[in-house]
Amino acid sequence: MIDIKKDLPEIFEDFAENRQNSFLKVREVKENDNPLIGVFCKFFPQELAIAIDGTAVSLCSTSDETIADAEKDLPRNLCPLIKSSYGFAITDKCPFFYFSDLVVGETTCDGKKKMYEYLAETKPVHVMELPNKQSKEGLVLWEKEIYKMIDVLEEYFGRKITKEKLEEAIKIKNAERTAVKDFYEIMKNDEIPVSGLELWHVLNGITFEFDKRAVPKQLKDLKEKIFSENEKITGKPRILITGCPIGGATEKVIEAVENHGGVVVAYENCGGAKAIDRNVEEDTGDPIRAIAEKYIEIGCACMSPNPNRMDLLNRIVDQYKVDGVIDMHLQACQPFQVESLKIKRFANNEKNIPYISIETDYSQSDIGQINTRVAAFIEMI
Amino acid sequence: MYFIGIDIGSTASKVAIRGKIIDEFVIPTGWNSKETALHIKNKLLKDFNINVLKDDSIIISTGYGRVSVPYSQKQITEITCHGCGIREQFDYDLCTIVDVGGQDTKVINLKDGFVDDFLMNDKCSAGTGKFLEIMANRLNITLDELFELSNLGEKIKISSMCTVFAESEIISLMGEGEKIENIASGIVDSVVVKVAQLVKRQGIQGDMILTGGLSTNKFFNKYLSEELETKINSYSKGRYAGAIGAALIAEDKYKKRGRV
Ligand code: SF4
Ligand code: SF4
Repeated sequence: MIDIKKDLPEIFEDFAENRQNSFLKVREVKENDNPLIGVFCKFFPQELAIAIDGTAVSLCSTSDETIADAEKDLPRNLCPLIKSSYGFAITDKCPFFYFSDLVVGETTCDGKKKMYEYLAETKPVHVMELPNKQSKEGLVLWEKEIYKMIDVLEEYFGRKITKEKLEEAIKIKNAERTAVKDFYEIMKNDEIPVSGLELWHVLNGITFEFDKRAVPKQLKDLKEKIFSENEKITGKPRILITGCPIGGATEKVIEAVENHGGVVVAYENCGGAKAIDRNVEEDTGDPIRAIAEKYIEIGCACMSPNPNRMDLLNRIVDQYKVDGVIDMHLQACQPFQVESLKIKRFANNEKNIPYISIETDYSQSDIGQINTRVAAFIEMI
Repeated sequence: MYFIGIDIGSTASKVAIRGKIIDEFVIPTGWNSKETALHIKNKLLKDFNINVLKDDSIIISTGYGRVSVPYSQKQITEITCHGCGIREQFDYDLCTIVDVGGQDTKVINLKDGFVDDFLMNDKCSAGTGKFLEIMANRLNITLDELFELSNLGEKIKISSMCTVFAESEIISLMGEGEKIENIASGIVDSVVVKVAQLVKRQGIQGDMILTGGLSTNKFFNKYLSEELETKINSYSKGRYAGAIGAALIAEDKYKKRGRV
């Protein structure tokens, strides 16, 4: 076993404390002989990991530290999320990847799909086939894929996934999702006790809490604390961020908003509302079907068409009294870039609020331009 | 009372004074925008007898160097300032402004005097003033000469998207003995087409108005209006639009609430 604290790559020292602690916790998971499953996408049903007393951890990386390494194998004009994640994987710089027993991918965008083929050369990788459409046929395929995933997990880890285990896991995840939702809904208030960046750090940090049962109480306590102690933010233009997964290097977009007089009140992206919006139906007698139904409904741009993203955006704009929409795209991300016109039309024509799309990558070279764009956008509101 | 707008762009810094004096001037930005700001301060004192630290003056800075003006009371982006700056010259219930800047090209839709929407070029410098500048340097001529020449030549297609590659394309064209008029025409056309694409993507609303450094260039106006098939208004003070806008905003804000 490596001494994690000492061997941590320098970059991690700057990471949020929560994440750093989780590097230590991840070792605990391993020492207790529990399965660790590395995942790349919100479509992976986390209940399956819980049902084998294991943990699913996100391997999506958001720093440009390892992009140069990735570019030895991957084309340069690929989305930075794919390059960064792959780079962390092949250089052993990500403890999560390092300790993952099994990596699970999904057939979402083409870049990721093809990247998994190379990843499989260094780690055991299983790819779930995700349909392109949230149709009846799509649901049938997705349900089958979940059955297959269960077989793989049972065989790989020598543990049984029973119906009872799944029902229990559903309840644990539902409670967690409900708690997270309840927490970020503080931003619906006119007077909010945290900035958008602080909210983001909580949302992000919580995904690295491996004891899912502990999340509701932690968040409840935190909520009480910030409401009683923090100064309230009020009267600022209220911004919604949507688009590609945000975080790490792209927190520069959140900072640009909040340094220029706005406040980010909602994130529709993965890590925000997108995956948490719906719960799995409990006690249906067919937990696998219930899980399939929930996860397939995630409004990701990889789905075509993608009405659920619009539906969620629509609700968020109303409920959070959103004054402007920022659609953040990672360079070379086709699904979200092509979909941006729809989001613009929706914001401008249906909701009558300004919209801007910001294309960026994990470098810091465009901070000046992003600041100008975002500042002008906020001046417009 | 003086209301002063300072627009520090990537190549030129523009200053507009409103209030007791009405005037504008421009100086090159140089390497260091902090020093440019100091220069401007001295020039205001020397030429206009305005001591920005002592006299009653409200200063708003804009442009990419807007944060480097230590004596400005407020910073506002060039998008908002350009929008406001054309007010002196035009009535604008509804209009679309194109500003081809050194670093960025912007298309701004105005409605009832407010910025309604805007679009900027992406990271690369194709379709910006920088592109023209680099190419003119490469041909060893001035920007004005580039346009004069372009008017005499026949367009040849510059196919590279990237400034660096376009530059090598031009070098090889020169090597092949292509006429300089034709190369100049190709260079200008490449920028015109890129700017027009940006305008089309944003959509024209009402009148079109050209601001920024190229606004008084009759050739550029002609080519762009041909490409867009629409009349484009120019403005003799177009390059000062950002600075004037900043000064006008300062005046507005001061009159409304006594501060900026
Ligand atoms: S954006 Fe789509 S593909 Fe990417 S992690 Fe989220 S759900 Fe998965
Ligand atoms: S950001 Fe876009 S290109 Fe990158 S992994 Fe997600 S969907 Fe694929």
